[in-house]
Amino acid sequence: MTILNDPVPAKLGNRQQLSYIASQAADARLNVELETEGMTLNIGPQHPATHGTLRIIARLDGEQVVWAEPSCGYMHRGYEKLTEVRTFPQVTSLVNRIDWLGSFANEVPFILAAEKLMNVEAPPRAQWIRTILFELSRIANVSLFLGDLGVQMGAITPVFLAFRDREYVLNLIESATGGRFHPNFDRIGGLKDDLPAGWIDETKVVMKKLRNFCDEIETLLFGNEIFQSRTRGIGVIPRDVALQYGLSGANLRASGVDWDLRRDQTIPLAYDKVDFKVWTHPDGDSFARCWIRLQETREATKIVDQLLDGIPSGPVMAKVPKIIKVPEGEAWVSTENPLGEMGYYVVSRGDLGPFRVKIRSASFNNISITPWLLRGVYVPDIITILASLYFILGDIDR
Amino acid sequence: MHLQKPKGEVSPLSSPAETTASTATEVKVDATRDAMVAAIRTTLGACVVETLVKPGDDIWVRVTTESWCSSIQALKDAHSFDYFCFLSAIDWMPSPYGRGEDDPSEPAPVRDTVIRPGYTGGDTRMQMLVRLVNSVTHLGINIKADVPNDSFTVDSICTVFAGANWHEREAHEMFGIGFTGHPDLRNMYLPVDFEGYPMRKDFPLLARMVKPWPGIVDVEPLPGGTDDENESPS
Repeated sequence: MTILNDPVPAKLGNRQQLSYIASQAADARLNVELETEGMTLNIGPQHPATHGTLRIIARLDGEQVVWAEPSCGYMHRGYEKLTEVRTFPQVTSLVNRIDWLGSFANEVPFILAAEKLMNVEAPPRAQWIRTILFELSRIANVSLFLGDLGVQMGAITPVFLAFRDREYVLNLIESATGGRFHPNFDRIGGLKDDLPAGWIDETKVVMKKLRNFCDEIETLLFGNEIFQSRTRGIGVIPRDVALQYGLSGANLRASGVDWDLRRDQTIPLAYDKVDFKVWTHPDGDSFARCWIRLQETREATKIVDQLLDGIPSGPVMAKVPKIIKVPEGEAWVSTENPLGEMGYYVVSRGDLGPFRVKIRSASFNNISITPWLLRGVYVPDIITILASLYFILGDIDR
Repeated sequence: MHLQKPKGEVSPLSSPAETTASTATEVKVDATRDAMVAAIRTTLGACVVETLVKPGDDIWVRVTTESWCSSIQALKDAHSFDYFCFLSAIDWMPSPYGRGEDDPSEPAPVRDTVIRPGYTGGDTRMQMLVRLVNSVTHLGINIKADVPNDSFTVDSICTVFAGANWHEREAHEMFGIGFTGHPDLRNMYLPVDFEGYPMRKDFPLLARMVKPWPGIVDVEPLPGGTDDENESPS
């Protein structure tokens, strides 16, 4: 545990000041009732910019948003209730569907929580393969974000590159686990199976391709003048606001908080064996959030490369009983998922299934800031801000 | 690949007795968390009902219902627990429907519905649960408080953490807990005219009520074991 941050909030920069002034102006219009013939704009639930079924109701004054509120629940599946009638091994197939672009990453914290309660630890080889698959699902998830980002601003090319290169990663996940999107590969005490032959060499080739993809996106998109003017200084989140709303992952690091759960907690995964950089950005705007994700994808490919070199031999499954009864207790485990901090608070009563599972998903917190953040922005910026916050609908509604 | 694996070296299956024997661990001490709990007791004084430290794992603190909001404010101010992780509730009453595996054509079995609280105890059916983290030292803390059985109402912590707004709305519609001082307790997920609170334990999962759960056959009985509740329905 290291002290890395400056606890005093940084002084507002130019961009943050501009954004602050804009939101103050929006407030003033409401307060002084200068509001002209306002209109209510309804975005979604079926809209290409909402990545699913998120509905946003925005009250406009001219081009400026004076009030906006997302309306969730179009994809609520009640997983917290359903876990109470499942056995522990059955829960992984449910939580796979929370963030469907990085499914394997959803399984890991739940399995780790169950293992913590059972006082079981997976063998080293299982931990390493878990970490590799975890990072692969991050790459698959975030590379689609990087491609999709262009579409939100009218650039079509990046999304084709993203779908092309994500396919390589999905093929890897499929050949190791059997499932492209929903691996359901993690077991209490280890993994279902070992890696197939030749998988390690194949993965190294793909990681090289993905690094090329990151370079491509960086020159194509991040160097683009239109992209920069659409994202720089837009949707600024200061550090203390980000913490108050419980933002996590790249959204938090883009606001200058140096905190990554892969590095800053003791967890039975192989992150302490590898060397990687946690990127932060001081601006807190849309550009910073996108830029952090680009760097993270690069770092993830490097993490995978390092892990592949040092993967230990041995079994992939610890000794666990065939019928898994988890001892009574409570446990909280969270990991740094592609979208941010994903955690499970598991309460067990010594039964076959959990007594209560609280699913803390990253997108729910990340999107709960939108009523605050969208105040004072202009209509086209709603789309870029939502894109840069990066949410998956299944991760909001659960 | 399954077939080619060497037998003997990897044996994923063993009897439950083997794992229970290895769980006896030595007594560990966690100086950081113990010191933090001591500091919290000094700050909050009589507001703290009970605390629990699991070495190397986590801290649990239960505060009184009346001091729910002020305790969290004090923890944020005095100990820089400035990162709001989540807010939720726990219904400690065991479900009268078990795990929804009863055969609907048979009379319902009698179940034990005695309320037993979890870590740091508790006297009520519902409990609040908040997790905060110090964004500098990355030390986390779970804070609990009882929710009165008669009113199911606690104070809102929206004024302390703006991010609690949506979490309290969720807890309100799922558990039926009222939050005094919350600006806008509309439903997040459910339709406006939905009746009942789905996450309460006495709210039946209707899909399980009308049809026996086929997944029960997944759990095979141990050879020679006498685990009656795991027997598949004939």
